[in-house]
Amino acid sequence: MPFVSVPPVMPPTSDSLIVARGLTKRFGDFTAVDGIDVEVHRGEAFGFLGPNGAGKSSTMRMIGCVSSPSDGSMHVFGLDAATHGAQIRARIGVVPQLDTLDTELSVKENLWLYGRFFDLPRAECRRRATELLEFAQLTDRADSIVDNLSGGMKRRLSIARSLINEPELLLLDEPTTGLDPQARHVLWDRLYRLKQQGVTLVLTTHYMDEAEQLCDRLVVMDQGHIVAEGSPRDLIARYSTREVLELRFAADGNEAAAAQLAGIGDRLELLPDRVLIYADDGETALTETHHRGLSPESALVRRSSLEDVFLQLTGRSLAD
Amino acid sequence: MTILLRIIPAGFVVRRPQRMIERHVVAYRRQWLIIVSGFFEPLFILLSVRAGLGDLVGEVSVAGRAVPYEAFVAPALMASSAMNGAVFDSTGNVLHRLKYARIYDAALATPMSPADVAMGEIGWALLRGQMYAVGFLGVMAGLGLVESWWALLALPACLLVGFAFASIGFLATTYMRGFADMDMVNTVVLPLSLFSATVFPVSAYGDLAWLVQVSPLYHGVALVRAANTGVWSASLVAHALVLLVVSLVALLAATRRVDLLLRK
Amino acid sequence: MSHLATPGPLRVVSWHAALYRRLWRVNVLSSLVQPLVYMLGLGVGVGTLVDRNTASGDLLGGGSYVAFVAPGLLVTTTMVLASGESMWPVMAGLRWSRGYHGMAATPLSATDIVLGHAVWTTVRSLIATGAVACVLALFTDTRSWGLIPAVVAAAFVGLAFAMPLMAYSIDAEMDGGFPAIQRFVITPLFLFGGAFYPVTLLPAAVEWVAKAAPLWHGVVVARAFTTPGGAPIDWLAVAGHLGYTLLFSVAGTLVAVRRLRRRLYP
Repeated sequence: MPFVSVPPVMPPTSDSLIVARGLTKRFGDFTAVDGIDVEVHRGEAFGFLGPNGAGKSSTMRMIGCVSSPSDGSMHVFGLDAATHGAQIRARIGVVPQLDTLDTELSVKENLWLYGRFFDLPRAECRRRATELLEFAQLTDRADSIVDNLSGGMKRRLSIARSLINEPELLLLDEPTTGLDPQARHVLWDRLYRLKQQGVTLVLTTHYMDEAEQLCDRLVVMDQGHIVAEGSPRDLIARYSTREVLELRFAADGNEAAAAQLAGIGDRLELLPDRVLIYADDGETALTETHHRGLSPESALVRRSSLEDVFLQLTGRSLAD
Repeated sequence: MTILLRIIPAGFVVRRPQRMIERHVVAYRRQWLIIVSGFFEPLFILLSVRAGLGDLVGEVSVAGRAVPYEAFVAPALMASSAMNGAVFDSTGNVLHRLKYARIYDAALATPMSPADVAMGEIGWALLRGQMYAVGFLGVMAGLGLVESWWALLALPACLLVGFAFASIGFLATTYMRGFADMDMVNTVVLPLSLFSATVFPVSAYGDLAWLVQVSPLYHGVALVRAANTGVWSASLVAHALVLLVVSLVALLAATRRVDLLLRK
Repeated sequence: MSHLATPGPLRVVSWHAALYRRLWRVNVLSSLVQPLVYMLGLGVGVGTLVDRNTASGDLLGGGSYVAFVAPGLLVTTTMVLASGESMWPVMAGLRWSRGYHGMAATPLSATDIVLGHAVWTTVRSLIATGAVACVLALFTDTRSWGLIPAVVAAAFVGLAFAMPLMAYSIDAEMDGGFPAIQRFVITPLFLFGGAFYPVTLLPAAVEWVAKAAPLWHGVVVARAFTTPGGAPIDWLAVAGHLGYTLLFSVAGTLVAVRRLRRRLYP
């Protein structure tokens, strides 16, 4: 068989927009991303969850072709990221973790000068800038200098700017960190609209409500590895119970109570300030608690959330 | 050829550095006063020399002729202001964009390359330096310090000086930790602007005259002075080559540094 | 509050000093290198040209050019340093890192902060001019005990620039005006203010402007002390010149206190 060099283009499996195989990123001795396999399909909203330092941002930077993998392969739009970085970047939008807006420029100028980086004609940049200002609800701030905007406005502008090249794929690194609830909900709404328009979203977050709201599918990362993968609902079903009973006992009483609570529900977790009982039926567990003669100061039955999954998988100790 | 290939970083791709310049043109539309004010520094120095120091010094010999001190200093000032403009545009401003405003991060997320960023910034510094050089030449002409039309060749000479120092400045900035390191820039620029045959002739150094050759500015001053007097010699080619080589090497190294810093 | 408590301005100074501790090495190095470079370039290099010119002797009052430039170097160093320290750092204290707001949340008053700045600027001036004086002591033409009172005179000039500029910086909206001040006030004074040649050589109008600024007064005093074999010191003139610089310092301080109080405790 004659020796033939392998073409850089890898046929996408079905409609995979991103295919990473054995993706690894090392900084000196430290391995930030340790041989992960990820596939993101066209049109879906995909999330990377994990504590600080889990390797989410490193992975995002590799997808965005501003960081080259130490090992493994990364294909975006079927193009090899190692050799076709510029072509890939031309078709994606990036909202970095910390805004990289040009604070010396006005809102409008930020949009159309960024478009010029994509080599869009000036008139086209202006036309899209006007549309995006509308989309980001910033039309009346078009001529403000960016430095004078609120945090939420800056974030909306970041997202608007990332859309100037009409990307097929949008990368968002912690899009709503540090925003107030109103601003978060406005952003979620905008992201949902983009998804409706067929833009593929890839985001990192450590807000579980955000992941549940936005993501069709997600992976949980910890110390450079993927520790779980699936839809939010799948993950809750797989790694937690339907409900959680939270009990608080009088000062220092939690530990003693936990001993007496053994056996109730599927799993019990003792925290410094409360005891968690994971059970499919929280009310039954609470009744059983009372039966055993315990009277907690407060008791709360709630639905299990992605946060429970997250803490279960990545532990409760601080990563940094 | 192989050496050249080894120096040029693998990722040295130039697509559209002019977009970086476009950004600065828009950004400085609001701060045009800063740009204009840069022109006044060398002008003030020249006027100060004319008003006072010239009287103290009297006449100096240039190319075998005795000329007033201000006529000796003027071409050197033109070259050192090209250096100053280039250095300050490519250090403080670049550091701000690199580390604090993170404008290059934003650019590299698009199809722009590290070479586009480096060349765009250096190009902008050159453009700005060239505006000052044109203005300064006009002032020199107004004060009767220009001898012939050959003096127009001082402009490309300043372009070379700017290219060399903008590239070196940009490269140095990629190694800076913060604004405290900017002190170092002044510490290097000051001796260069005083000891490059600018304010007193090389003959003052005696046996150490060869040492002046180390300063890239010295080569620029030689070029500008030659343009102003219209006295040409083969050594000018060597002066120009020194500046060109320094510029290119620093530009390539700077591109590599941007790649290392921002695409890790 | 106990009568033994550290006075407010000194508490502000200790804050400045704590920040400076991270920078002083680079800073002191360049405080030594810069005057050395000026002395070699202007004093010795240009000085050779000047001293060779017989006409210059009368203009400089008989001394060498190095001896003439040295006090100018001393005083301009303080002017540049003190004015720089009273622009960006003041804006940072109010707008960027907001250190002044932190102080305002403690028992410190606006007066404490402004006086603290004055004391700290003086300390910095003394360090920087002290370094220049050390360099000057290396050259026989400029070595004298007169350097010590000259350093003190320089500190007066430092304050005369620091306090009005602090007052300006407190109310400045953006830092865009700072480079303009440097280019159109500080640099021209550096060049025309009497440091490099007698102001009498200047056109009359320029000469009067140069004499109106505090810099020239400090240079004259410093030069009186450092000129080798110079005339006996006219103490009344010294007091007059330094008193003139104090007008700027006091006026600047009063305005700065008023403005800062309005900004921090509205």
